[in-house]
Amino acid sequence: MSIIKQGLAALAAGALGIALAQPAAAEPVKFDFWFGLSGDLARVVDTLCKNFNASQSDYEVVCTSQGNYDATLQNTIAAFRAGKQPTVVQVYDVGTATMMLSGAYKPADKLMEENGYKIDYSDYFPGIARYYATSKGEMLSFPFNSSTPLMYWNKDAFAKIGKTEAPKTWEDVGADLKALKDAGYECPMAINISANESWQLMEQFSALHNQPIATKNNGYDGLDARLEMNKTKFVQYVTDLKKWYDAGLIKIKSKDLGQDMVQAFASGTCEVIMTSVGDHGTVGKTQKEGMNWDVAELPVYAGTERKNSLVGGASLWVLSGKSDAEYKGAAAFLNFIHDPKTALFWSTNTGYIPVTKSGFDYLKTQGFYDKAPYKGREVAIASLTASEPTEITRGIRLGNFTQIRAEFGTQMQAIFANKVSVQEGIDTLVKNGDAILDRFQQTYPNKTLP
Amino acid sequence: MEKRVTFSRWSIGILFAVPQLILIFTFFYWPAGQAVYWSLTLQQPWGGGNIWVGLDNFRSILSNADYWKSITASLTFAAISTGLAMLIALVLATLTDRQLAGSRLYRVVLIWPYGIAAPALAMAFRFILAPEAGFMAVVNQVWPGFWDPGLDGTDAMASIIVAFSWKYVGYNFIFFLAALQAIPRSLIEAAAMDGSGVIRRFWDIQFPLITPTIFFLLVINITESFQDSFGIVDIMTSGGPANATNLMVYKIYSDGFKGLDYSGAAAQSIILMLLIIVLTIFQFRFIERRVHYR
Repeated sequence: MSIIKQGLAALAAGALGIALAQPAAAEPVKFDFWFGLSGDLARVVDTLCKNFNASQSDYEVVCTSQGNYDATLQNTIAAFRAGKQPTVVQVYDVGTATMMLSGAYKPADKLMEENGYKIDYSDYFPGIARYYATSKGEMLSFPFNSSTPLMYWNKDAFAKIGKTEAPKTWEDVGADLKALKDAGYECPMAINISANESWQLMEQFSALHNQPIATKNNGYDGLDARLEMNKTKFVQYVTDLKKWYDAGLIKIKSKDLGQDMVQAFASGTCEVIMTSVGDHGTVGKTQKEGMNWDVAELPVYAGTERKNSLVGGASLWVLSGKSDAEYKGAAAFLNFIHDPKTALFWSTNTGYIPVTKSGFDYLKTQGFYDKAPYKGREVAIASLTASEPTEITRGIRLGNFTQIRAEFGTQMQAIFANKVSVQEGIDTLVKNGDAILDRFQQTYPNKTLP
Repeated sequence: MEKRVTFSRWSIGILFAVPQLILIFTFFYWPAGQAVYWSLTLQQPWGGGNIWVGLDNFRSILSNADYWKSITASLTFAAISTGLAMLIALVLATLTDRQLAGSRLYRVVLIWPYGIAAPALAMAFRFILAPEAGFMAVVNQVWPGFWDPGLDGTDAMASIIVAFSWKYVGYNFIFFLAALQAIPRSLIEAAAMDGSGVIRRFWDIQFPLITPTIFFLLVINITESFQDSFGIVDIMTSGGPANATNLMVYKIYSDGFKGLDYSGAAAQSIILMLLIIVLTIFQFRFIERRVHYR
């Protein structure tokens, strides 16, 4: 019906156009895009949408921020159940497994093919593509805003202890933190231990050391995967962090306590933090006057063969149940985002990194990484491409992973408050996390991950 | 002769009740029924289907140690914050009722906190109680490590209790003051002439006469402490540290909306509903006996 209607509308518009001898005045096809970024980043997305609308006249994307990633997914689910879903939606990294089983999407690779766009998927950095691809390598969604964690270190403080380079191993980190403490620095390193820091403390650490988080290749090979980080190097890592915390070398900084780690680093209160490359711009903009700092890849334990770090951020999913015209618009929009020029705009205005090799090369030829404030961000690409992704460093594909992250926060807090030992805490994390995975598997009885 | 307007046919009476019934059905029984249905199934979040699991959801929740911890935390929160909010409000209302200097000002000002949305006041208290930057930073300077809601569960619980009580002091105050002012002055003056002091008059005359209000506020405060605590917990502690402030209502939200476990969350809300019903019945059954209605 709607096709007929639109056909008629197009005809009418065409007739009118001929009659008045004006350029075609057909109404552009509107489609919705919901995203989960807010504040500054939401304004950048809005500009991106305006640029797309200005670049052609056939389609008009209506971009709506839903506040944050959780709310975007919740609202999309509610809208989908009511049949009013947006055409394109931004879903965060850990929502990937849930999306794949939802049956509510149109595969991105198929969409592009049907609409005549040729996307070279090998152009994506493998670490990014594999995180969102199926176990067979098909791209069901489009990588969008992407980041990876880095170690931010205060050069001035390290100069005081005679160091001109960031520590590369955790053994060195331990020694340097001690030296910083002895040199009179109150807070040599800041961490936080809420659900969010599962990303840098557990997921990235495990990837860099090629350690599994769950069986079945971190869940890629089946819904019956279960957690196993209580048997990996992660236990040693938490033990060390706790030891350094007890010795006063590490402080906990969070927004709830008055100052988060990025603020603590930028103000010069703390000398080392581990956070997303996405905070690179924030640190630059809010840093204490004249402070010298730099970024480096996250350290690994001595003797470890370093692997690629994992991508964080979100990808764009196209939902099912929309009209062909809307799908055409969505394909054009995704193609626009894929363009290296868009990558330059995106990376210039946010801290996110380009997701394709051609985008990265384009930024390099434009001299993007040569000068402040963008200098240093290329380290993120180096970290992401440190190795070919292994079966384990492709990513994490576990159901309800948000809840497992919450459990991570809970157990880390219990460990750091001396309620339980490190091993007990992580064992409980595995036990409770497995119950969550168990439930997820029961909810999808006859389904398998694509 | 008794005159009474009656409807000749019962259907007319029903007809008048229909709008109200429709409202109650749409906004209460329907969703509640849906929640009961969801709690007996495993729902796929995207609506791809569900499986009947009977009471499995309840079994898995009630066998989970974390859930019992959450119930204990909710009951602790309800008891302490209700006690605190009512006691402070009663003291303030009694003082205001005695027309102390400035009582007109209190009367207006004390009502304000209730008008503030829970998340906004939680944000304010987050700053006030921040261990490194806020008011408590001063205390921490004197006794290092005294106040640490980021890792100490008791401190975090104390923070949300303070924030919640602060809001409900205003609400309780209005009711207490109204109740106190409804007591005939002559009673109090007579007692004063008989030589009883302020405290004596309060316990023998005022307190017994406002028991209906106290009872009403008790029911409301306990019920609200189970429900209205959500915004405060969400902003101030997110249920942490280590689940110390993961109240039942917050756990429903995080499991249901963040974890997309709709069935488990539905089962939890049924349990919460039953708990509130039981508590309210208990209050009416045992505490109301001591209430003197005029």
